[in-house]
Amino acid sequence: MTHPAIELIGIDKRFGAVHANKDIALRIEAGTIHGIIGENGAGKSTLMSILYGFYEADKGEIRVNGAPVRIRSSADAIALGIGMVHQHFMLVEPMTVAENVLLGAEGAALIEKPLEHAYAEIRRLGRDYGLVVDPDATVGELSVGLQQRVEIIKALYRGANILILDEPTGVLTPAEATQLFEVLKELRRQGRTVMIITHKLKEIMAITDHVSVMRRGEMVAHRKTAETSMAELAELMVGRPVQQPVAHTGATPGAPLLEVAHVTVADSRGVVRVDDVSFSIRAGEIVGIAGVSGNGQSELIEAISGIIPPTRGQVTIAGKPLTGDAAAARLQGLAHVPEDRHRMGLVTAFPAYESAILGRQDAPKYGAGPLIDRVATVTDTADKMSRFDVRPQNPLLKTANFSGGNQQKIVIAREIETAFSVLIVAQPTRGVDIGAIAFIHEEILKQKALGKAILLVSVELDELFALSDRLIVMCGGRVVGERATAETDHNEIGLMMAGVDQGRAA
Amino acid sequence: MELIDTAIGVFASGLRLAIPLLCACLAGLYSERSGIVDIGLEGKMLAAAFGATVAALSTGSALAGLGVGIVVSVMLGLIHGFASISQRGNQIVSGMAINMLAVGLTALLGNAWFREGGRTPSLEGAARFQPIALPGAEALAGVPVIGPFYKSVVSGHPLPVYLALAAVPMTWFLLYRTRWGLRLRAVGENPAAVDTAGVSVSALRYSAVVMAGVLCGLGGTYLAVAQAAAFLPNMTAGKGFIALAALIFAKWRPVHALGACLLFGLLDAVAIRLQGVSLPGVGQVPVQAIQALPYVITVVLLAGFVGRAIPPKAVGIPYVKER
Repeated sequence: MTHPAIELIGIDKRFGAVHANKDIALRIEAGTIHGIIGENGAGKSTLMSILYGFYEADKGEIRVNGAPVRIRSSADAIALGIGMVHQHFMLVEPMTVAENVLLGAEGAALIEKPLEHAYAEIRRLGRDYGLVVDPDATVGELSVGLQQRVEIIKALYRGANILILDEPTGVLTPAEATQLFEVLKELRRQGRTVMIITHKLKEIMAITDHVSVMRRGEMVAHRKTAETSMAELAELMVGRPVQQPVAHTGATPGAPLLEVAHVTVADSRGVVRVDDVSFSIRAGEIVGIAGVSGNGQSELIEAISGIIPPTRGQVTIAGKPLTGDAAAARLQGLAHVPEDRHRMGLVTAFPAYESAILGRQDAPKYGAGPLIDRVATVTDTADKMSRFDVRPQNPLLKTANFSGGNQQKIVIAREIETAFSVLIVAQPTRGVDIGAIAFIHEEILKQKALGKAILLVSVELDELFALSDRLIVMCGGRVVGERATAETDHNEIGLMMAGVDQGRAA
Repeated sequence: MELIDTAIGVFASGLRLAIPLLCACLAGLYSERSGIVDIGLEGKMLAAAFGATVAALSTGSALAGLGVGIVVSVMLGLIHGFASISQRGNQIVSGMAINMLAVGLTALLGNAWFREGGRTPSLEGAARFQPIALPGAEALAGVPVIGPFYKSVVSGHPLPVYLALAAVPMTWFLLYRTRWGLRLRAVGENPAAVDTAGVSVSALRYSAVVMAGVLCGLGGTYLAVAQAAAFLPNMTAGKGFIALAALIFAKWRPVHALGACLLFGLLDAVAIRLQGVSLPGVGQVPVQAIQALPYVITVVLLAGFVGRAIPPKAVGIPYVKER
C-alpha cells in the first residue's frame, strides 16, 4: 500500500492568545488534488506555513511519504519536495523570469552555467505543462497570471512533488483560472500531489478529488468532492446554514442621479486609460461595471469620485456638474466604498472610531470647529458597529486588528450612514468571508430600495449578476457594450470582457 | 600647452578626490542593495582613517594601517548590522549613532594619545602609501598630451587608488555574475522571496554589511595614510554623505557609481583650481561660492538630470516574517 504524500497528526499552534491550529489531522493522498477551504482566519494559511517551514508547530507530527520529518525552514520543505505558491507572490520584480527561477537553487557560485540550465528547464516545463513564459521577460512587467506561472515553475524547478497553492485564483481572470486548472490536472496526471487553499466553493467542486474544511482553527470535516455539494461545504465552513442574498427586486427607477458624459482619462504618461465613457444611473438602480481588472475601471471610479480630474468629459451628480475634488464630490452627495480599503478606505494604524469618520470628520455631530468630540465619535462608532454586526464590537481597537470582512463593514457603515444620493462600491467583497458577503450584499440592496443610484464595480461576475439591474462591460478603457442583467448570461459578458460584442457584430 | 597642463592637473586631482567617494559609494551600494540603509559610511571612514593612522604610526607599515582600518570599519559595520538586522532597529538611527560615535571617539582618543588637539603626528616613509610609477611613465613622458596624462592621471597614485578602481569591476562581477550577487540583488527588493527560496536573509545582509565595512576601511585609510599623511579631526568632512548622493545618482549600479564619483571629484578639483582666479566679466568669485559649487551641481543633477532613481524596494525595512 502506498503512503499518503502528506500526513499531519495532532498539529497545534498558538500565537499568544490566538489558538490558530487546534489538533489538526489531515491525510493528503499522493497523486490527487486536495482542497482546503475555510473562512478568512480559519487557520488555513497558518497550517500551510507550518508545512512550508515558516513556523514550527508547537505540537504534532508531520509525515512526508510515510516518514516522520521536521520542517524548520523553507529550505527543509524544498528538500522534501514541497513547493508553495503564495497568495502574495514571492518574486523579485526587477529581475528576469530566469533569475527568479534560479534564486536559491543556483547550484554553483557562478551563475552563467546555471542560468543556461534554467533557460532550458523553463522551456521544457513550458512544453510539458503548458506553462509557457519568456525566460528573459522582467517579472514586474508580466501580467498577474504569468507571474503565477513563474511561481509554479519555480516550485517545479526545485523538484517539487507536492505543490501547495494559497488562494491561487483570487487575482486571476476567469480564463486564466481555467488555464491554471488545466496545469494542475496535468500535474496530477504526472503523479504529483496538489493542495489548493481557497474559499471559493465553485473551484473546489471543479477541480479537487478530496476536500477538507477548516473552521476557527479546527479541521471540521473531510469529504470526497464527488460526494458533497456546495451547500453542504458552505454550511460546514460557516457553521450554520448560509442564506443566499435575495435577488434584485426590480424596483422602478426614478430620475437620473449620476450622469457620466464622454469621460476620458489619460495617465501621467499620456496613455488613455478611460476612453470616452458615457452612462447614467437613475434613482433606485444598480449598474454594474464588469471587466478584467486593469481595463480602466479604477481610473473611471477615480474620475467620477473627483480623485483625479478627467482629461475630458463631465460628471453630474444629482443634477449638479462636479467641478471640484473628492471632498467637493462628497459634499455633492457622493458616497464611495473604494476598491482597496487598505490603500484608500482606511488608515489601518488608527483606532476603529477614527477610521469610521475619515472624510466625514467635519460633520457637526463629531464636534465643533477644529476639535473632534471623542466621546460622541466613539459612541457613534459603537452604534454603527452594532447595526452592521462588526466584530469585535470595540471602537477603540486598532483598525488593522479587524478581519477583512469587518474592516469592509466599517467602511460601508461610514459611507452609507451619511446623506448621499449616489453610491460607488468597488470590489465590496474582495477578501471578505462568506458570512459577511451576504450581509454586505443585503446592505447594498437596501440602499437601492431607498432610491439611491448605485455604481457597482466588481471582478466577480456572480456578484454583478446577483445585484445589478444593468451591466456595462469595459475593455481597454472603452465601454464594449451594455446589457440588462435579466437578458444576458455569464458567457456573453465573459466574451464582452475580452472585447467581443456579439450583439453588435450580429 | 599651459591649458593642457592645467587640465591634466585638474584631472589628476579630481581622480584623487574621487577615491574616498568611490569607496564609500560602493560600500553603500552593497549595503543598500541588500536592503540596509547605511548613513554610517561617514563614521566608518573616519574611524578607519584614525585606526589606520595609529596602526601605521606604531608599526611603520602602511599596509598594517590598511588592515587595521578595515578591521575597525568592519566592526562598526557589524554593530550597524546587529542593530538593524538582528534587532530590527531603525537603520537611520543606528547609522547616525555610528557617525556620532566615530566623530567623538576619534577626537577623544587622538587628543588623549598624541596631545595635538586631536590630530596625529605625520606619517613618513613606509608608514605612508607612496605613489606607484606604472611601467612606461618615464618613457612616454616626451609624447605630447598622452605622456603627461599617463604620468599624472593614470600612473603615480598610491596603492589604495588602484584597489578602489579595481573594486568597480569586481563589484560588477560579484553582483551580476555570481550566486551571491543574484541573492544580494533579490534580498534588497523582496526579502520574503529569498526567505521562501530557502536562503537566509540575515546571513546575506550581514555579508553585505561586512563588504561595506571593508570598502569604507579602504576609503578611510586612503584619506589618512595616503592623501593627508596624518589623521585630522573630522577629516571625512561629509564625504560619506556625498557618496550616498552619488549612489542615488548612479541608481545603485557599480559602473555608474564610478562615473558619478569621478564627476563629483572633478567638480571638487575644479572648485579648488578656481579659487582666487578672476573670471572674465565676473571678477574674483568668492571662495564660499566655489566651495558650494559641487553641492549645488549635485542638487541640480539629482533633481533634474538623472530621471527617476528607484531604490531597492525593501531598503530600510527590517525583515520580519509575516503574521
